[in-house]
Amino acid sequence: MYSVRLWSVRHAQGLNRFYNGFERVLVALAPLWRAIGYQRLERPVAAVERGVKGLLFDCKMCGQCVLSSTGMSCPMNCPKNLRNGPCGGVRNNGHCEVKPEMRCVWVQAFAGAERIRGGLDKIRVVQAPVDRRLEGRSSWLKVVRERTDAPQPESKP
Amino acid sequence: MMFEDEPVPGYPLPILPGHVSPGRLERVLRAGAFAVTTELAPPDSADPEDVYKRARVFDGYVDAINATDGSGANCHMSSLAVCALLTRVGYAPVMQISCRDKNRIAIQGDILGGAAMGVCNMLCLTGDGVQAGDHPQAKPVFDLDSLSLLEIGRTLRDERRFQSGRKITHAPRVFFGAAENPMVPPLEHRALRLGKKIAAGAQFIQTQYCYDLERLRAFMRAVEDQGLLDKAFLLIGVGPFKTAKGAEFMRNNVPGLYIPDAIVKRLAGAQDQAREGRRICIELIQEIRTIKGVHGVHVMAYRQEESVAEIIRESGVLGERVPWHPGRDQNSADRKAS
Repeated sequence: MYSVRLWSVRHAQGLNRFYNGFERVLVALAPLWRAIGYQRLERPVAAVERGVKGLLFDCKMCGQCVLSSTGMSCPMNCPKNLRNGPCGGVRNNGHCEVKPEMRCVWVQAFAGAERIRGGLDKIRVVQAPVDRRLEGRSSWLKVVRERTDAPQPESKP
Repeated sequence: MMFEDEPVPGYPLPILPGHVSPGRLERVLRAGAFAVTTELAPPDSADPEDVYKRARVFDGYVDAINATDGSGANCHMSSLAVCALLTRVGYAPVMQISCRDKNRIAIQGDILGGAAMGVCNMLCLTGDGVQAGDHPQAKPVFDLDSLSLLEIGRTLRDERRFQSGRKITHAPRVFFGAAENPMVPPLEHRALRLGKKIAAGAQFIQTQYCYDLERLRAFMRAVEDQGLLDKAFLLIGVGPFKTAKGAEFMRNNVPGLYIPDAIVKRLAGAQDQAREGRRICIELIQEIRTIKGVHGVHVMAYRQEESVAEIIRESGVLGERVPWHPGRDQNSADRKAS
């Protein structure tokens, strides 16, 4: 929801801190996830993730979440799906070129990043192009696997 | 400026040490000249002569010609085709690549194809949203953004591989550029974004129209603070207005265009508005030229392309320099002979 999304950016600092703790728990529980099987977990975890992040961020389930690097403003809500900063069409009032009623996702992202410690450093990182195969999959499980699985050959061909 | 190894039109220049492309634009910029680029609106036509006609009006006043890629999300001849036609007679085109209409498979193919046709400069853009153009019912693609497009271009050139990792045999020798808009929000973070583009591989930057010198100066100070001065060649966007009404229309309808009230008022108060529009543009160029870290101007004169020559001539930014154009050296040789 749009108003909740704006709230989330205003509370980017707290949400980011909460997520960092949450991620640590998820990673610590990796043996459990592995025992159950990631394949089996994929659908239920993705459903929970869609519910929670859908409410807070209007998450589009790209499956490769970068919220911590974008001030808790989901870049997939940008009509151009820009993951590396605003386009040149931002209106003078900070609203979107394509959807004039919506604040620019990236104006929001910078506002959120300013609230997160180190946020402006993270927003500088150049994000790789989206891997469209991951759409709809759980980003949380992906993070756990990346953190705990033995380094694998580059998963993107 | 004349290069002694000036080629037969359509043939590439040798690549100098430290250069990435065999193109004239990179040479002019690296030689330290104040560069002038402009924009050609591709025709709604399949006649190559329509392209050449539009290019000729710039002869002698510009170092490179951008061919827009469906600008404003309107349908026209493709940038790739316009550029390929221009290289045949020796012009230095800048091929614009927008992420709006093509996915990464098509775009990488175009980079190779463009380079094979002698296109040495490519400008990586996000692209206007489809809602702005004549086909609002079209599917917006946006598979990449301008940053990942830059990285992909650089990977093709420097690492000789596609984004997939698959090797290519001959790298495209391309000078890559990007756009920036110092006039619109988030103003205080535009320089950071510029830094990201440079980090991703942008070697030259052409900005959106800059009508507010205060905003531009603030942007350039931020560029300096970020340590980005001279890390890329910056060409500032300018252009003339024909009428105050036109300026008003553009500011309401062209995405990302910021025009201060003072400009519209000055136009509205003039006897000859078109002349005043050119005057404003000339004054802007002369001011912009004095700003530290600026390497040239990008003159966008949509539907009054014929005014570019006059604007550049009167601005005096070229000095004695006559940028190459088909027949330039022939003309001077004839003069010498007679």
